[in-house]
Amino acid sequence: MASESGVFEIKPMDQFIITPLFSEGDLQWYTFTNQSLWMLIALIGIILLFVFGIRKGDVVPGRIQSIAEVIYVFVHKMVLDITGEDGLKYFPYIFTLFLLILFGNVLGLLPYSFTFTSHIAVTGILALLVFISVTILGFVKNGLKFLGLFWISSAPLALRPILLIIEVISYFVRPISHSIRLAGNMMAGHAVIKVFAGFAGIMGLGAVAPILAIVAVYGLEMLVVVIQAYVFTILTCVYLNDALHPGH
Amino acid sequence: MEGEFVEMGKLIGAGLACTGMGGAAIGVGHVVGNYLSGALRNPNAAASQTATMFIGIAFAEALGIFSFLVALLLMYAM
Repeated sequence: MASESGVFEIKPMDQFIITPLFSEGDLQWYTFTNQSLWMLIALIGIILLFVFGIRKGDVVPGRIQSIAEVIYVFVHKMVLDITGEDGLKYFPYIFTLFLLILFGNVLGLLPYSFTFTSHIAVTGILALLVFISVTILGFVKNGLKFLGLFWISSAPLALRPILLIIEVISYFVRPISHSIRLAGNMMAGHAVIKVFAGFAGIMGLGAVAPILAIVAVYGLEMLVVVIQAYVFTILTCVYLNDALHPGH
Repeated sequence: MEGEFVEMGKLIGAGLACTGMGGAAIGVGHVVGNYLSGALRNPNAAASQTATMFIGIAFAEALGIFSFLVALLLMYAM
């Protein structure tokens, strides 16, 4: 965006820049950046919650144990409902995905933090891994009957080639939409907050209105964060179910 | 003069890209409205379909996010 009056520039996309933390210069694959730091914090948070929460193992759970149990039962029930009994073998992978994205999103809500799930590089790899593993799993479990996913036998015969093309295209669009949904939601929420913050910086005494707007968007953002983690996981379960039980 | 026209084109394009979010909002409202009307007729069956509602919301909202992403890319990244 062009500069305002030259004195105060609103730059809402600067919060997504990856900067190396301990060294200057260009980014190699081993550079410890702010993204690596927040991924590490998310990992430590997950380990702390689940290792120290379950450690006591009371029958009537305390607060932290209750949180850990609720999250576990929630994801377990989701996998069980959507993929059935034989999908439970893949529960650790789906649980890992859910926790990583949940903690990554929620940690992005803290002021001065960095949302590592807002980068297409991170969510693209997560979605690509889901896509590749689900496709390979479909071929391993079902052989060539997996291609029956695209040949819809309940449609009239004349329509089947067209539906085949449409189904194949929509199958390959899955990792794209899966990744962009999460990254776009995170980036959009934080960019909107920064833009309103920029307005509040300019307006002086009338900054009450943008600050109230920031409060409202923040509340919405808290809801969106949890829902996006849930949606990523539930779509992973749906794709897994398609691979394990292909059939239209 | 070319630089300013490019800048103007980018900003106008970003504004036009935001009209895509109107369709996304209507789509999300459609999904939730249908869920609500079904839930008020049959409250016992409503709890089993909240997951489907959230999946529907995610699909409908994703396209609005795509258009917002295009607007953001035009304004700040190109």
